Amino acid sequence: MSAVVPPVEERDRRDGRVSAVVREIMSGSIVLSLAAILLSFVIGGILIAASDEDVQETSGYFFARPGDMLGAIAEAVGGAYGALLRGAVFNPRGDSLGEMLGPISETLVYATPLVAAGLGVAVAFRAGLFNIGGTGQIVAGAAFAGWVGFAVDLPPVLHVVVALIAGIVGAAFWAGIVGILKARTGAHEVILTIMLNYIALRLFDYLLTTPVLQQPGTVNPISPPVSVDAMFPSIVGRLHWGFVAMLLAVVAIWWLFAKSNLGFKIRAVGLSPSAARTAGINVGLIYVVTFAIAGGLMGIAGSAQILGTERTLTGGIAGSIGFDAITVALLGRSKPFGVLAAGILFGALRAGSRTMQASEGVPVDIVLVVQSFIVLFLAAPPLVRAIFRLPAPGSRATAILSRSKGAKA
Amino acid sequence: MIRAYRTPIVLGVIALLVLVLFGLIGSDGDSTFRISTSGDFFTVPDLVLPSRGTALVLGVVLLVLAAGAALLVRRGRRVPVWLLAVFGVLAVLGTLSWAIAGGTLPMTQLLQGSLALAVPLVFGALGGVLSERVGVVNIAIEGQLLAGAFSSAVVASLTGNLYLGLVAAAVAGALVSLVLAVFAITYIVDQVIVGVVLNVLVVGLTSFLHSAVLDSASNSPGRLPQIEIPLLAQIPLLGPLLFEQTLIIYLMFIAVAIVTFALFRTRWGLRLRAVGEHPQAADTVGINVARTRFMGVTLGGALAGLGGAFFTLGSVGAFSQEMTAGQGYIALAALIFGRWNPVLATLAALLFGFARNLASVLGIVGSPVPSQFLLMLPYVVTLIAVAGLAGKVRGPAAAGTPYIKG
Amino acid sequence: MQLELRGITKRFGAFTANDAIDIVVEPGQIHALLGENGAGKSTLMNVLYGLYQAEEGSILLDGIEQRFSGPGDAMRAGIGMVHQHFMLVPVFTVAENVMLGHEPTKGAGVLDLETARQRVREISARFGFGLDPDARIEDLPVGVQQRVEIVKALSRDAKVLVFDEPTAVLTPQETDELIGIMRQLKEAGTSIVFISHKLREVRAIADVITVIRRGKVVGSAEPTASSQELAALMVGRAVELTVHKQPAAPGDVALSIRGLSARNAQGTVTLDDVDLDIRRGEILAVAGVQGNGQTELANAIIGLLGGLEGSISLEGRELIGRTVKQVLDAGVGFVPEDRSHDGIVKEFTIAENLILDRSDRDPFANGLSLKLGTVRSFAEEKSREYDVRSQGVDTKVGRLSGGNQQKVVLARELSRPLKLFIASQPTRGLDVGSIQFVHEQIVATRDAGVPVLIVSTELDEVVALADRIAVMYQGRIVDVVAPDTSRERLGSLMAGVVA
Repeated sequence: MSAVVPPVEERDRRDGRVSAVVREIMSGSIVLSLAAILLSFVIGGILIAASDEDVQETSGYFFARPGDMLGAIAEAVGGAYGALLRGAVFNPRGDSLGEMLGPISETLVYATPLVAAGLGVAVAFRAGLFNIGGTGQIVAGAAFAGWVGFAVDLPPVLHVVVALIAGIVGAAFWAGIVGILKARTGAHEVILTIMLNYIALRLFDYLLTTPVLQQPGTVNPISPPVSVDAMFPSIVGRLHWGFVAMLLAVVAIWWLFAKSNLGFKIRAVGLSPSAARTAGINVGLIYVVTFAIAGGLMGIAGSAQILGTERTLTGGIAGSIGFDAITVALLGRSKPFGVLAAGILFGALRAGSRTMQASEGVPVDIVLVVQSFIVLFLAAPPLVRAIFRLPAPGSRATAILSRSKGAKA
Repeated sequence: MIRAYRTPIVLGVIALLVLVLFGLIGSDGDSTFRISTSGDFFTVPDLVLPSRGTALVLGVVLLVLAAGAALLVRRGRRVPVWLLAVFGVLAVLGTLSWAIAGGTLPMTQLLQGSLALAVPLVFGALGGVLSERVGVVNIAIEGQLLAGAFSSAVVASLTGNLYLGLVAAAVAGALVSLVLAVFAITYIVDQVIVGVVLNVLVVGLTSFLHSAVLDSASNSPGRLPQIEIPLLAQIPLLGPLLFEQTLIIYLMFIAVAIVTFALFRTRWGLRLRAVGEHPQAADTVGINVARTRFMGVTLGGALAGLGGAFFTLGSVGAFSQEMTAGQGYIALAALIFGRWNPVLATLAALLFGFARNLASVLGIVGSPVPSQFLLMLPYVVTLIAVAGLAGKVRGPAAAGTPYIKG
Repeated sequence: MQLELRGITKRFGAFTANDAIDIVVEPGQIHALLGENGAGKSTLMNVLYGLYQAEEGSILLDGIEQRFSGPGDAMRAGIGMVHQHFMLVPVFTVAENVMLGHEPTKGAGVLDLETARQRVREISARFGFGLDPDARIEDLPVGVQQRVEIVKALSRDAKVLVFDEPTAVLTPQETDELIGIMRQLKEAGTSIVFISHKLREVRAIADVITVIRRGKVVGSAEPTASSQELAALMVGRAVELTVHKQPAAPGDVALSIRGLSARNAQGTVTLDDVDLDIRRGEILAVAGVQGNGQTELANAIIGLLGGLEGSISLEGRELIGRTVKQVLDAGVGFVPEDRSHDGIVKEFTIAENLILDRSDRDPFANGLSLKLGTVRSFAEEKSREYDVRSQGVDTKVGRLSGGNQQKVVLARELSRPLKLFIASQPTRGLDVGSIQFVHEQIVATRDAGVPVLIVSTELDEVVALADRIAVMYQGRIVDVVAPDTSRERLGSLMAGVVA
């Protein structure tokens, strides 16, 4: 034990920083979140308008006929965001009610892995840990779930359950490495998770060229399709039972932090590792357990990908979910139902952006821009308050003051 | 006690691996290293070595070096960097001679390609060194590279001037890091969060603009010309490597030298490092912590942005979506593996570039090592470094911590 | 140089840290600023040094009003400061630290290290400091680091030198040397402000004493004033420095430490072959200058320190090698020295802090789930019992005063069945009322037959509480003596002199 404990001052430094982050993430109001979202959509609108050809054309004679340009802007932005809504929430052009509401199920399909992965980041945040390792953990989860899905023969129902469990365990294992390394060596989890992401991706690439994962008879890095028994059954349209698994995870994580003593310990470690350690809580073990739980949630996300929509493993199975999850967790303030709401919002953006690109020619990447602006604004409440002239919450300000006062006296 | 001997032990294990795996077990056949190219001043004949014999000899030499390191530790001295460097080069040679047994390895192309792949890593790592040395964790290197790549292509295309493109790259990188600085320093937002989000933002913005706005007129900057330094360029191996390159690579060599000198020998560097190690101490002697941090972070961003220009102006000659493909994170790895030291970080970046190029070269030559494992190397060695399995790395003490007065 | 502070008022939100403070320091005078922890001394000095801006009042040097917008301005005006927590970059050398902020250069911003080294040697020689300009700060002992701080200030030709609690980390001998240095500086015409809460030192050094309480100047005194007079001024009423307690009735040895040794991460010995016995029903207080192994001793017993040699046995059970949880379960109560960092989770409520150590066991846990009702009623009961003043048990502990925070810690640690109670710096930073409460609790614990180990750097506290005193120096127990031992003898023991 003695050989691996980092010097105390190093720990103290981290303790201070991490608890500040946890505080920062957990506080903040809904008004502020809505303001940040609104502001980001405005910026997205500006980008859409600025890149629109009609707008560019009419801007040439803006001072002669300003109405033309304003009209073009309204058309470009309105058209884009209208298409976004059509693709994400309600399609008035549908023939039946089912078709009209179809976009909602599409939103939920996108939201399923986002929420699960967002929880995986949120749980780690509560322990004062950054889990940037979503990509690697999702890959691990998808690989395990997929392998059980195509290489193992099991009766229906059982097959999908076992595949899901394999995905959860596989990802939990991969994430657990981070927890163990952090607990044993004091290495910073941000660096560990980033490095393990790429190691997982390369290892996965390699396995996709070996008989372990590669589809027989092809030279492409692609796995055989998962057997039908192991796929999440459909609820409606493309929406599958992975959605229900995700909802169960949300409730489980809510219970963990609201009602359980494990959650209590995780929160204690997140807010003050040193006080937790002094009170007899095994901080290293909590790190490992937290990362394992976080990984398990990422495993649900990975399983939702492979068993819900993709069916075959390819190098891009994780997509950008691992990083999107960070924004989901931040927007959701790391609270389970907040993460659910944030994940559905971003899922809607994903779903809607397809329609937006198809019908209005606005590239899907606008979603990334809006998403990252939301998080940037959320992270800097003073900035948003200044823009919207919102009052600063008094209680928080005095709390900060009393803290600094205590430090000085 | 074992802690102190960690480095010699690691070296010893590697030496034994080379000796046993590549020497005793090894493969028969000759390994050919082609050193000269047709344009050289004089021709050096191909180096033809028996694979197994070479590995045996190198394995023994490596063992001697490891023993030397152990001896130094026993006398209470540190293992010098040059010993590690020599050890590294020899170990790689031993591995190569095994990997290419029966084949020919064009050394010039191998090293040239490695250097090219290392350029953005070096710039990115240097930018990271400045940012982290002044106390701001820079996860946004990736975003700075990508912004540099994008704006250099666009500006160079629109103005028809490649050098303006380089300037634009630096400005774009500086702007990305300025956002990092504003959020991290002014708004005291967690630096890791801002960094991660900035990377996503830059991917989103550049991809969006690439699809929505760019066309062949605004995305065809062309490539920087090679500048050949007379005579020197004709030295075998070294000539093409060091003296027949584009401006951006010469800039890289200059940047490494300047950053190193400035950081350790000037008033500017002393203050910058003081702010990164102990901001309050710097504040109490009248150094403006916030301003120093803004300066360091922005300058670092400009360097990383310049590195981004290499993707477009220095190699493929056009911008494509997400073309940095995670190189920023490898630069981060090089920065950590290089212990926040500009020279060591550069060496680490070169090593990582070498590994990546070796992966593709060996893929062509046909070798027993799957390329994915070579591509994994930067991440694995960094993991080992931060986990302290081979001696603990220590970053600037205040990196990641915002400075709140009082 | 004459320094005058006129009507300085500094507020943090609704809290007034300095309230219209007037002080005049004459050239070549040692002016002591005496006050309890939190009285506002450091805030005042930070205003003087330009780190804070005062809302009202002015600073005058030789009668000329100054405006300091940062420490740079203050330094240029001739004010130097030796900070309580040294402002030295650990990985820099002595010369680099001394020159930081006013570096000599060879032109073009290139550092002139040789000149910087020369400057260090020069000043160091003037006062007989013997500093090596190329030594790295982190390799130097604290006493030497403090000299670097002094050289740093002098290298900028400071005419007014502020020492902020400079003796907290020094041995009595080092303190004597520091006093010598201050006198030398005074002879050379430097004005000195000496901030302290230690009556003895203030009386020994100061030419003039100004006492501050709750942000206000409450009076000034000559150094000839008695300790009682000064203490009364400091805390606002006559203070009893003694603790009411019956003579101890020690029982069998409960805790027995043999040959305990430890090293820190740098390989320095922090505990050196410690032997110690504590009996049931006695208070053993460990005295010593901060940083002589007391913290490590407490941490070693509680299981926070790895790599130990020797043995620690509590009623025959070995504690070394056990986890913190196992040690706590073996019946050890622990009040850590850094309360706000190790004792409580500030963002947790009172109720949550009270079960920090037992969230997973009866009666609070049912399998994995937490019985929130039980948690609450337990908290309400303990709050009453320990007189925790708050708006309710859902109040975040970070919002409580230091005294109430310490009561929460005591309530938690004393509510387990105890076989040993350890309290490190149990009253650090507390107001007088809370100090009394804490002392009463400690004595009551002893009287209940529990062996008590107190670690304190406040000699007054040690003498008042202890049934026996163990003095530590450089990781060793120098001697174990009776509480009526003379202070002179305790002082030399704290400096490692065994005569």
